[in-house]
Amino acid sequence: MKVSNFSKLLKISKTQKRNLITYAIVIAFYLIIQIMDKTGHLSSHMKGLLVPMTYYSIVAVALNLCVGILGELSLGHAGFMCIGAFSSSLFSLYFKESMPAGIRFFIALLIGTAMAALLGFLIGIPVLRLKGDYLAIVTLAFGEIIKNILAAVYFGYDETGIHLSFKSFQIQGEGKMLINGAMGIQGTPNNSNFTIAIVILLLALFIIQNLVNSRDGRAIMSIRDNRIAAESIGINITKYKMLAFTISAAIAGTSGVLFAHNTSTLTASSTYFGYNVSIMILVYVVLGGIGNIRGSVIAASILYILPEMLRGLNSYRMLIYSILLIIIMLVNWAPKAIELRNKYFTILKTKALELRDKCFSKIKRRFAKR
Amino acid sequence: MKKLSKVISVLSASAMVMSMLAGCSDASGDVTSTESGDATVTESGASTFKIGGIGPTTGAAAIYGSDVRDAIQIAVDEINEAGGINGYQIEYKFEDDEHNAEKSVNAYNTLKDWGMQMLVGCVTSAPTIAVSEKTYEDNMFMLTPSGTAVNCVQYDNAFRVCFSDPNQGSASAEYIAGNSSLKDSNIAIIYDSSTEYSAGIHDSFVSKASELGLNVVSDTAFTTDSATDFTVQLQTARDADADLIFLPIYYNEASLILTQANTMGYAPTFFGCDGMDGILEVENFDTSLAEGLMLLTPFSATATDDLTVSFVSKFEEMTGHVPNQFGADAYDAVYAIKAVCEAQNITPDMSVSDICEAMKTGMVEVELDNVLTSPTTLSWDASGEPNKDPRAVVITNGVYELCE
Repeated sequence: MKVSNFSKLLKISKTQKRNLITYAIVIAFYLIIQIMDKTGHLSSHMKGLLVPMTYYSIVAVALNLCVGILGELSLGHAGFMCIGAFSSSLFSLYFKESMPAGIRFFIALLIGTAMAALLGFLIGIPVLRLKGDYLAIVTLAFGEIIKNILAAVYFGYDETGIHLSFKSFQIQGEGKMLINGAMGIQGTPNNSNFTIAIVILLLALFIIQNLVNSRDGRAIMSIRDNRIAAESIGINITKYKMLAFTISAAIAGTSGVLFAHNTSTLTASSTYFGYNVSIMILVYVVLGGIGNIRGSVIAASILYILPEMLRGLNSYRMLIYSILLIIIMLVNWAPKAIELRNKYFTILKTKALELRDKCFSKIKRRFAKR
Repeated sequence: MKKLSKVISVLSASAMVMSMLAGCSDASGDVTSTESGDATVTESGASTFKIGGIGPTTGAAAIYGSDVRDAIQIAVDEINEAGGINGYQIEYKFEDDEHNAEKSVNAYNTLKDWGMQMLVGCVTSAPTIAVSEKTYEDNMFMLTPSGTAVNCVQYDNAFRVCFSDPNQGSASAEYIAGNSSLKDSNIAIIYDSSTEYSAGIHDSFVSKASELGLNVVSDTAFTTDSATDFTVQLQTARDADADLIFLPIYYNEASLILTQANTMGYAPTFFGCDGMDGILEVENFDTSLAEGLMLLTPFSATATDDLTVSFVSKFEEMTGHVPNQFGADAYDAVYAIKAVCEAQNITPDMSVSDICEAMKTGMVEVELDNVLTSPTTLSWDASGEPNKDPRAVVITNGVYELCE
């Protein structure tokens, strides 16, 4: 009786099981890292990589919502990261002395997320009327606009009030330059840490996986699969597109907050927020599997770590990294490779099953003897 | 099929975790070995100084990082050959940061795992600022050869060999105002508003120029992303009758500006800062276009003093090209560290923090008189800024000539 109850409890749907595995992987990784840290087996190099790795995973998950679930190619996610980073960083810098770190960072997270969501919404209104390549180009342009405006703006406050200008100005008396043009924001408190980053990653996974599994999520995917059919059964296309795009932008913004609070300098240069970064995030998503949320997390982590782990190769590092990227892409997605892999794993699997049956039968026999 | 792919993904995930763990344990193994190495050191008293360097050796700013890397290597080899610092040899390791602040911090952490005691770096400004936050936390001494932004040396453990951006801007304005043939010219400025380096020099140049009564007729900007076509900026300068164009930018953009001005048939005097150093080595660039280009730089590879000659010949032998000012700064940085270590009796068995404290007091006392990057002497303020005189060079017959 008890046993059957237990199995009933375990009888969860396939998607739920898949989602749980995703959380389990993240949590297990977190625990392993924590144990290694506590026992002193974690190099400071690795420690420094943990937070960036996590925020790139978060933004990859966000982009996967847009590309994989909504089916619209966005090349502007670095722009949303940029907005999240700058807005939260401004807040943190302004209240640096007057607020305790914990609450300040929490509010900064909310502000960064909200600002990115707002901008995602505003950009979404004109942009989501477009499809496919057109959408990609326009989002790319918007991302660049965000970055270039933030790189040109001077923003500060002093005794005479708040100043916002595209020309450099002097601070009169008591006051502070908050955004100093191309020099960006300096002195953002370092509040990001691995635990917070992992919590946010789990939260992002929770939101997206549940969205995908909900009525709204199915509506969004129906738009991806067949827009005309979706429209014909009365799904409000604009609404659902906006919903997915805004959530995606918001999560990218949160990742930007973590980015800004991880290093003390923040400049809106193309190294951090240019379209190359957007494309890099897209690479994470494509490599992890379009529409595969867990894949994005794993791909982002590996691809962020890879060039760092190759430091030993010195000048050949970037060459090897590029070659590895091509190889991974081929192994993962080339039809022949998939065929080969399936064949190989089928043999392995049948062997594993045989082994399991053998073990079971042995155990059964032993029990039977008793 | 789906189950299979699931199995595969789980397998690959676990493989990733395993490989990552392997990577970690490798790295931690290194750390423990150096730690135990240090422990034996305190007993036997024999070890090496571990000096690290960080800079871009890949990406757009790679030429600066590679020159710094090679110049430090030359200085380290020389010192080791001559018996080291206080009798201890130097171990040296350089890490790439791709001119990216985030990657720079990673590089710093890698070097820390290696057991670095002093840092010569970073090479570019934004990474230097990010790394200085970390070195300040760890109280590790850092001497940047070429981090020019003001905030690079905001902490007391950070010093620099080069001039700061505002220094360069105001020094350029002063040089122009003090030069009888240049001071009455109409000045146009073309700068890169998206880099700290260029924007920093530009701002201080503009304020100093208005103070000195220089005649700035046009002031146009570009960004790194649009750094291929400068005809608009050049046309604006020409329409404003500018006969001197101030270019506080790096040489690759400058080479394009010179080429495009030439196609337009526009020939003003061009004036640059230290980022212009290296323009003669740009591939496919007609160096005759750079004739008459003036730049303010602390180092001239054609200077005839013994030190410069020996450094340049060693550098050419090693890399096949003439060193730029970044390399010279890095070379001086290593010798500054040597001088301070000797004055303060610093030994490798001291902790990183103790070395830093001793270096901090030593840096403000030391005065180097035989250096590459200053015609006279090189010394430091407690603020981390160097005291030295700028030199202006002009390109004549394809080489940098000192101008009076």
